Amino acid sequence: MPGSSSILRFANLKFAVFKPLLAALALLFVFAQPAAAQISFKPTAEAVQEDKLLNALKEGDKITGRVSIPDRTAANLIQPAGRDWRDFQRSKLPWIGGISILGMLAVLAIFLMVRGRIRVHQGFSGKTMLRFASFERFTHWLTASCFIILALSGLNVSFGRTLILPLFGPDAFATMSAWAKLAHNYLAFPFMLGLAIMFLIWIKDNIPGKLDWEWLKQGGGLLSDDKHPPAKRFNAGQKGIFWIVIIGGVLMSVSGWFLLFPYLPGNVTALQFWTVIHAVIAMLFIAAMLAHIYIGSIGMEGAFDAMGTGEVDLNWAKEHHAIWVKEQQAKGEAPSDGTARAVPAE
Amino acid sequence: MARVKFLCDADRCIECNACVTACKNEHEVPWGINRRRVVTINDGKPGERSVSMACMHCTDAPCAAVCPVSCFYTTADGVVLHSKDLCIGCGYCFYACPFGAPQYPKVGNFGSRGKMDKCTYCAGGPEADSTPAEYAKYGANRLAEGKLPICAEMCSTKSLLAGDGAIIAEIYKERVMKRGYGSGMWGWKTAYSDSPTG
Repeated sequence: MPGSSSILRFANLKFAVFKPLLAALALLFVFAQPAAAQISFKPTAEAVQEDKLLNALKEGDKITGRVSIPDRTAANLIQPAGRDWRDFQRSKLPWIGGISILGMLAVLAIFLMVRGRIRVHQGFSGKTMLRFASFERFTHWLTASCFIILALSGLNVSFGRTLILPLFGPDAFATMSAWAKLAHNYLAFPFMLGLAIMFLIWIKDNIPGKLDWEWLKQGGGLLSDDKHPPAKRFNAGQKGIFWIVIIGGVLMSVSGWFLLFPYLPGNVTALQFWTVIHAVIAMLFIAAMLAHIYIGSIGMEGAFDAMGTGEVDLNWAKEHHAIWVKEQQAKGEAPSDGTARAVPAE
Repeated sequence: MARVKFLCDADRCIECNACVTACKNEHEVPWGINRRRVVTINDGKPGERSVSMACMHCTDAPCAAVCPVSCFYTTADGVVLHSKDLCIGCGYCFYACPFGAPQYPKVGNFGSRGKMDKCTYCAGGPEADSTPAEYAKYGANRLAEGKLPICAEMCSTKSLLAGDGAIIAEIYKERVMKRGYGSGMWGWKTAYSDSPTG
């Protein structure tokens, strides 16, 4: 190209002009060399030392630098916090989960043995009233069925390797776990949807009030058959479950969201934090739901109908939700007491 | 049998990234994954050092400890390998690894993860040695051919050393003695110091 050759010629010309000057410079450099060596140049006087960097690290910090590849996470050279996370997963979490879940099962078993089933004191009346409409029941079971699969697939991640792997063998267990992970990822969305609907449809009946304090002071009548503190649509125990589900569910959803989209935070420390939150809340959540499942099924006579058919026995409703029954009767949405005929308990 | 390790002499590393490139080429590593990378500490400041880092094949490896499906195993040479057939792409090894070695091809649900990929010390995987199936999942098996990892083999300044841990540690110590300085055996404390046998 003519352009480049002219530049070359120009450069040659320049070089010719400066040749003596350059030679002088080179000479100067040669003479200056011993002087430079005398400054005793130590290439490592200020060099980074791994020991010092490691010692200077605060908890959860990492040694980071610069990388020339686009993946920014690759700039983390060493993150010793990974070992704390490992310690949490392998040493602490099994205890947290084991104590909360097995502990809850033990408490419930003892409660069943000591207290027995909570009966309808006056026996079933044979008359029923609507407690949960079909949409409410749909929302409950949507969330509940997702929760059960999420809980089992989640527990599989924490305990499957110890409990199930030896039974299934590595291949079958890995296949099962892969499907469980898929289920866990996808069912998170209907779970979150159910959670949001439950919040909207039940929040108005779950605001804590003075009555709840009374209920709690009397222990919810859990220990006696005939004494039931009055309650509106939801008693303090049910309100407690509602808020456990809402707060626990939101924590699970937020932490789970980061784990579903791990490149959102893009930062290993943040992900470690969210996995710990997700796991600890999950264990406590599962324990709380075991109590909920217990009292809604074998723990209390007549309770399952509320979420089963949606129709509860009038006597059950009067014993557990006296004020609510009166409200419904006033609205004409529940049968009146007068015609109630006593049906002997089973 | 020898316990093989990596050692990066950071005072020799010139951040040429040839180890990174050679590794990608040798194993045809998926796009977006770097089994090895060079990190420059204190870049642009006096005393900056570059460290070539990959899986350190830890003793009592954290990745193996936390894997929910137990897909990791350690070879007789001390190389930590994993089975991509068993891996469910949960990301736990990535959280636990002190060196950021496990990476994912981002082909899972919602484009999240997929099967984990990491440095194999050029030792392949659980498949039969040097088979196409092994190559497709894990890359070349140089160890089976009696060769050391490509990254260390072609390092132009012999900064990155691979081989018997005792021997490469000796080489490094000799260098430090001779030249009078050394920035440390990067990662060794984290990867091997917990175990008395190293």
